[in-house]
This record gives sequence, C-alpha cells and structure tokens, in this order.
Amino acid sequence: MTTLMADWASQGGAVEQGTVAALRERYGLDQPIYIQYYKWIAGIVTAGDFGLSFEYGRPVAELIWGRLGYSFLLAVLTLCFAWAVAIPIGILSAVRQYSIGDYVTTFLAFVFLALPNFVLALAVMYVVSTYFGKSVGGLFSPEYADAPWSFGRLWDLITHIWLPVVVIGTGSLAALLRIMRANLLDELRKPYVTTARAKGLSELKLLIRYPVRIALNPLISAIGWILPAAVSAEILVSVVMSLPTTGPLLLRALLSQDMYLAGSLILLVSVLTIIGTLISDILLALADPRIRLQ
Amino acid sequence: MTTHSNIDTAVETVTRGEDLTTAGQWQLFWLRFKKHRLAVISLVVIISLYVVAALAEFIAPFDPNSTNARFTYASPQGFHLFHDGSFAPNVSRLSMTLNKESLRREFTADPDNPVFLGFFVPAKPYMLLGVIPMETKLFGIKDPKIGDSLYLFGADRLGRDILSRVLYGAQISLSIGLVGVVVSLVLGVAIGGISGFFGGWVDVLIQRFIELLRSIPTIPLWMGLATAIPVSWPPLQTYFCITLIVSLLGWTSLAREVRGKFLSLRNEDYVIAARLDGMSEIGIIFHHLVPSFISHIIATLTLAIPTMILSETALSFLGIGLQPPIISWGTLLQEAQNIRAVAQAPWLLFTPAAAIVIAVLSLNFLGDGLRDAADPYGATT
Repeated sequence: MTTLMADWASQGGAVEQGTVAALRERYGLDQPIYIQYYKWIAGIVTAGDFGLSFEYGRPVAELIWGRLGYSFLLAVLTLCFAWAVAIPIGILSAVRQYSIGDYVTTFLAFVFLALPNFVLALAVMYVVSTYFGKSVGGLFSPEYADAPWSFGRLWDLITHIWLPVVVIGTGSLAALLRIMRANLLDELRKPYVTTARAKGLSELKLLIRYPVRIALNPLISAIGWILPAAVSAEILVSVVMSLPTTGPLLLRALLSQDMYLAGSLILLVSVLTIIGTLISDILLALADPRIRLQ
Repeated sequence: MTTHSNIDTAVETVTRGEDLTTAGQWQLFWLRFKKHRLAVISLVVIISLYVVAALAEFIAPFDPNSTNARFTYASPQGFHLFHDGSFAPNVSRLSMTLNKESLRREFTADPDNPVFLGFFVPAKPYMLLGVIPMETKLFGIKDPKIGDSLYLFGADRLGRDILSRVLYGAQISLSIGLVGVVVSLVLGVAIGGISGFFGGWVDVLIQRFIELLRSIPTIPLWMGLATAIPVSWPPLQTYFCITLIVSLLGWTSLAREVRGKFLSLRNEDYVIAARLDGMSEIGIIFHHLVPSFISHIIATLTLAIPTMILSETALSFLGIGLQPPIISWGTLLQEAQNIRAVAQAPWLLFTPAAAIVIAVLSLNFLGDGLRDAADPYGATT
C-alpha cells in the first residue's frame, strides 16, 4: 500500500500533500488492513463509492460500468451459443449412439475441453489474419469505436462479437454436450419411452415431448458452474483479443497494484455471477415441478 | 426372469473360467479398466510424458537457455530418416536471407544439403536427475560445424530451441499438477471426511463454504491471488505459491466426493458390525471406509490434474504466474502472446499448445477410464 503511494508519488511527480492526506483520511490508508477493508465495503454499500483508481486518477465506478456491461453481454451470449449448439448435437449423438457422428462429436468435445481458450483464440486469430487477411480483435472497427450508438455500430458489434463468443463458448459447449448426451441416454432407456413408443407416438414427437424435456433440467442447473467458467474464459480471451471488457482492465490493475480497481472488478464479477446462479436456480424450479415440491 | 438371467451370467462366467466371485477389489478394478481401450492408451502416453519430463536433460538436444543469434525465429527444419537410400537421419540445412522489405530474416530449407544427426552424441557434462553424471545426449548434430543447426520445432526470438524448451517445460508444468493434486488430496480428504463423518452443523457449514468457493469465477480470483506474490521472490517459492493457488479450488470436488461416500457408507451393515465389535472410529475409517472409496479418489485426482495444468498455463500466459527464467508451458506461450509474434513464428504457439493438448487430453481419458472402472455398478465382464 505504502509502496503504491510512493510509486504513485514518484511517477506523478508533484502530488500535492493535501491530496494524499485527503485520500488517506477518506479510505483510512494509514490504518490496519481490516479497517481499510471495512471503509471500502461501507463506501460501496452506503454510497456506491467503489474507491479511486490510483492509476487512472478517476473513481472506479466511472471506469468499470461500461466494460462490465460488455463482459456480461459476452458471457450471456456465450451461454446462449453453447446451449443452442449443445442441445441439438447432444440429442443427435444420444439418439445415434456409437454412430460415426457420435464418435466425431465426442472426440471433438474432448479436444475442446483440453484446449485452453486463449490458445484457441490465438490460433483462430492467426488463421483469420493469415488466410483471410482480415484484422481481428476488439469489438468494433476503428471508425465505430468511439461513435454514439446507431444501427451501423450495432451491426459492427454483431460482426465482431461472434468470434469471441465462439472461442469462449467451445469449452462450455463441450461440457454441456457431454451432459446432454449422458442424461438423454439415461432417459431413453426408461420404460415410459417404450410405453410411448408402443402407443404409436411418432419418434420425433416422443423424443421432444418427454425424454428431452427431462434431460434438459440438469442443463439448467449447469448454468451455476458454466457462468463462472464463461466469465473466467472471457477474461483470458479478451486479454488476447483486446476486447473492451473487464479482462484487460483487471490484468492492468493487478499488474500496477491498483488496489481498489482490481478489488472492485473481482467483487462485481463474483456478485454478478452469483446472481446469475440464483436466476438459474429459480429457472430450474420453474421448469421442474419436482424441485418445487421439495 | 431376473434371477434366471443372473444364473445365466453366473454360468457363463464359470464356464469362461474367470472366477470373478473371488476376485479382489483391485483385480476387478483392473479388469474393468483394461476394457477401456482409450484409457489404457492414455495411461501409456501419460507414463511416457512423465518419463520424458524426468529425462529432459538427456532427451533435449540443447540447453533450453542457450541462445543463437544466427537463428532467431528459425523455422522448423524438415526431418528425414534416409539420405540417398541409406538410413541416415538428417535435417535440411537452413539458409538465411534478409528480406529487405520487411527487414525480417527468412529461412529456406535445403533438403539436398542435409545436416546429419547422430545418437548418443557427446555434450557438455550435466547431471541426469540431479545425481547421475552424463556426457552424452540422446541425439544431436553429428560432428557439429559452424552454420549447422537442429531446430526440429523451430526457434524463438533468441534462437533457443523450442523442442528443448518444451521438454524442459514439461518438468514444471506436469509436476505442478502432481504437487497440486497432493495438496488437494490432503485438504479434500480431511475436510470432506470431517464434513461427512460428523454431519450436522459442521457439514452444513463446510458445504456452504465449498459452494461459495465454487461459485466465484476462478480466473479473476487466481489473478488476484497470483499478483499478491512478491516479484522479488525466488523462483522456487513462486512455484510453490502458484501450486498452492491452483490447488485452492481443486480440493472442493474431492471433498464433496469423500463426503458423499462417507454419508452413504456410514450406516452400511459392515460398518455397523465393525462398530459393534468395538472397533475405534479411526480404525473404522482407515480399515473399512477409506479402502472402499480409494478408487474413486484416484479417479477424481486424475481428473483434477489437467485442470491444474491448464490453470498454471493460463496464469503464466498472463504474466502473473511463473516468470520467464522458469520454463513452463505457460511461460513458453507467453512468447506467443501477441498476434504479430504468432504470425511471424506460428511454431511458438503450436508446439507448446500441442504438448498441453496431448497431456490434458490423455489425463482426461485416463480419469474417465478410472472412474468407470471404480464404479461398482458398472459392467464387470
């Protein structure tokens, strides 16, 4: 902490004594760590004051809200993407168990689980820039980066955002696919499926109406751990692809020991993730009457 | 109907001459594991990876830190087993030209002018495994002359051999997983055991704590913890801290597994019988409970190693884990951090990445196989 102040003072050159004293007073910087922590948390809870970023010399709250928005936009889109792809492929590979398609998807799922996201990001960027000659990275083209919102900018965002979404989503996608396949296989062997088939229900209708619905439930509760994983992956990938999200900001803040900025980012990311998990629990209760009864 | 088929299988088993009824727990485990072909292959791959890592000094053709200014960013040299129809392992000689436009060195391989390789070539004296003095390497350039080079997987910006660096990196990256798993094992079994054995409010408290830990996104948390390590610390200490950090969350899944097993086994007949016989609680735990779920622990541990390897890689890649004088797969990937470096020398990215994928993939397959084999309700024959 003191080294930080010294650093700041030496880099900034003339830092007014009054400013330093005021800061010390406000955040209790000369007091023990638990009092500092208490002051910081109390400031957040009572006044929404996340402290001051020492590196940028601006309040933390100003710096992070926009980036946090993009982070969660990415995380949510990633979830949707992983779900949208994992469910149909999972169903297919369960229904056609031990077919070539099943083996290929299972193998690919394992490879994607083993591949770190940031390596995949770099590999994709390498392929795109070498073979398609396009620059990748960022969420906007330079001309739209600081422009106000418009349809053009939205379209620009859409053309850029799919790449990080796919890169972040592959790991979660592979995990979801495995779960979906295993659950559906369990359900397909149950007597009620045979009964429905004996009653003459068409195969597709039967599949969609009963076993798939039940096999989806564990997928809803999987949000609880997919979301933290997506947030983690998003941070790594956005450092590599230089996206305007929390990732690069957090890394910078940590490297320059910008205490309040880093602390606030980790706190907010965790809180939002826990809220997401809570929502997934509520969704599960809505979707599955058995949970409600308990 | 069911009894009938049971008798059928029993008869079948007896006629096949396999006496499964008297087979011990580990025998059954091994029989089931052997059926999982992919897991057996993975086991072989894993063992060879660890052997290669242990013998990296012998196998790697160069010192991973020796630089060569002539061959910065040298591309991988083509490898051939034969020359003019006879067995003579060789690599194509590299000739360097300076691209006047981009001011970059460009290397072209010339297969007609090979550099011959030899086995057990003499090298600077070194200590294998830290104890055996050695003066030969597994392979290297036969009669090295100036201008000869051997870069099977290319060179980095200082002309260091990527292959040697990846081999040395395996020592750190693979061992972090092992050490981390031991830490997780101790924590997981102790805490999970307490939670499952005592139950009640202790159990509730521990389980909520585990849920709290698991709901926090890992990378930001690790990043925060990793930057708290002072930069001035010696490499060994940093290494140990990173191991602690990556195993900080690994124990939670193990603790849950152990707790679940304790809960379900606590009231089994044989445990009650042992208790009635006057066996102490500690005795019951170590004689009856632990052996019954040790195979599960092994499977869970195997599945935890890849997560730790990936975490170390991610942290070191960001520059907040292990730092460059240490060679690990993560610090190697740090060299490939920006797209320009990758565009100029893709092998900087793809060689360590391939090593990571092979290691993690085989550990995952192995863990899956072990888990299936440990499942008492899985098919035995």
